[in-house]
Amino acid sequence: DDKLLSEPLSHPDFFNVKELFSLKDLFDARVHLGHKKGCRHRFMEPYIFGCRLDQDIIDLDQTMQHLQLALNFTAHIAYRKGIILFVSRKRQFCHLVESTARECGEYAHTRYWQGGLLTNAHVQFGSGVRLPDLLIFLSSLNNVFEPHVAIRDAAKMNIPTVGVVDTNCNPCLITYPIPGNDDSPTAMELYCKLFRMTIIRAKDKRQQSEVFNELR
Amino acid sequence: LRLMYTATAMQSKNVGASGPEKYTEAFIKKQIEEFNLGKRHLANMMGEDPETFTQEDIDRAIAYLFPSGLFDKQARPMMKHPTEIFPEQRKIQWGEDGRPFHFLFYTGKQSYYSLMHETYEKLLNVQKYQDQLTAQDHLPQKEKRNLVGSRWLTKIELEEMLLEKLSDDEYSRFIQLLQKLMMLPCGDIEEKYIQKFSKEVPVQLQKVVIEPLKYDERGVAFSTGEGTRKTARATAVVYDNGTGKITVNGIDVLHYFPVLQDREQLLFPFQFLDRVGKHDMVCTVSGGGRSAQAGAIRLASAKALRSFVTEKEVEFMRQAGLLTFDPRVKERKKPGQEGARRKFTWKKR
Repeated sequence: DDKLLSEPLSHPDFFNVKELFSLKDLFDARVHLGHKKGCRHRFMEPYIFGCRLDQDIIDLDQTMQHLQLALNFTAHIAYRKGIILFVSRKRQFCHLVESTARECGEYAHTRYWQGGLLTNAHVQFGSGVRLPDLLIFLSSLNNVFEPHVAIRDAAKMNIPTVGVVDTNCNPCLITYPIPGNDDSPTAMELYCKLFRMTIIRAKDKRQQSEVFNELR
Repeated sequence: LRLMYTATAMQSKNVGASGPEKYTEAFIKKQIEEFNLGKRHLANMMGEDPETFTQEDIDRAIAYLFPSGLFDKQARPMMKHPTEIFPEQRKIQWGEDGRPFHFLFYTGKQSYYSLMHETYEKLLNVQKYQDQLTAQDHLPQKEKRNLVGSRWLTKIELEEMLLEKLSDDEYSRFIQLLQKLMMLPCGDIEEKYIQKFSKEVPVQLQKVVIEPLKYDERGVAFSTGEGTRKTARATAVVYDNGTGKITVNGIDVLHYFPVLQDREQLLFPFQFLDRVGKHDMVCTVSGGGRSAQAGAIRLASAKALRSFVTEKEVEFMRQAGLLTFDPRVKERKKPGQEGARRKFTWKKR
């Protein structure tokens, strides 16, 4: 049992997430498109490749690295049967995110975030509740273009976060930021597809390893 | 040292797993067994067959054995099946490993948001289907759906269905989404789903039936009418081919109603229809006072005259107020006042 959990940690890319996406896929899904120069957040400057006709272009090489780290991390969390919560406050993609979460067997929250959900969980839900082990932000801003409250709450509750940060977002408190576009439908569908595939892959691998262990 | 007390789940209002009184399955089962046993005892007591003792029989038996003069029906002794008494409650939402069952558990209002999710999915399906039909040019025309007989679920009914509290805004959003779904041309596909959230409203206005004329032994047409005013109850029989003779409780109208005002009231329906000397009337009246009895007979005779007269004239009568029941009754005296409205004399000192 101990070997089951420690074996994946010895490999840098145990679940082989690199093969799920390529630079061309990211480009075709318009992940590199950011907002206008005026909306740029100061902390996003390292991730921006350049600015064309006032529109920021995100550096896709960095995005590739960050995406690989983030997907690897989610795969490990899913392998260890952790609870993953998809968060997004974009109304257009609310249905997409919820469907993705349902297909993975994980959880989603694309609605109004009540203040004490994470910090006051034992009062809101009941005494034996288990909090999510990973928060995935498919859009880290809320409807008023401010950083989502859940980023700060997850940091308070020591819950790691993975988040897609656009050029107007603050990547500070997110453990595994993924600089990329969060407004285009193609980009969101790509992210949903990638997360879904990693989680399903990790869960299948876990099931296989358990079956192997039992056979031995 | 200051002791800090944190509010636990038992003291808070919004609790998903444990409510203020936890009804475990064993408890409910025991209650059901006790109820069934009690039902049989009650049947034996009343001398009826325990096997065929229905809920109505139980209600009657309890009302007989424990008579109560309390006004509120809910406050009287009652014996109902435990599922009706103990409200449905949410059981624990997560399994042994801690993972919640529902994928929207962490939102707080899982049933409501999953309902919104489903409805939105239906909307998207309908739009996709519509696009397919437009591509093939088979788009059906929008037919006017009859909205008269149905209404949407009220907020309270929806709360009962979802077992969750809702805000007005959320409820209105859900209804707007349903209406949007219904308004689409191809919304008929999801008819079944929409019907889950709509209720039939029974047709309220029952058309008043005007009874046809009856004929007595002599071949004279007659018709009956009933009327009430304050505490007076009257029945009037109006005969055709008459001379305008009116008999009240076997006594002639001139002797029964000495006052002109009362006789004028009796005359009014006939005068309105220009049939003053053409009908005979025999009435019986009880209760009330002089004026109340006159008013009651007036209403009764007007109702009886409806059978003799065309529909247009019935409408004229209704507009004249001849067919309307007068709801004014004596207002009760209130404590702290001298009468219904009159207050005691106010003294400055």
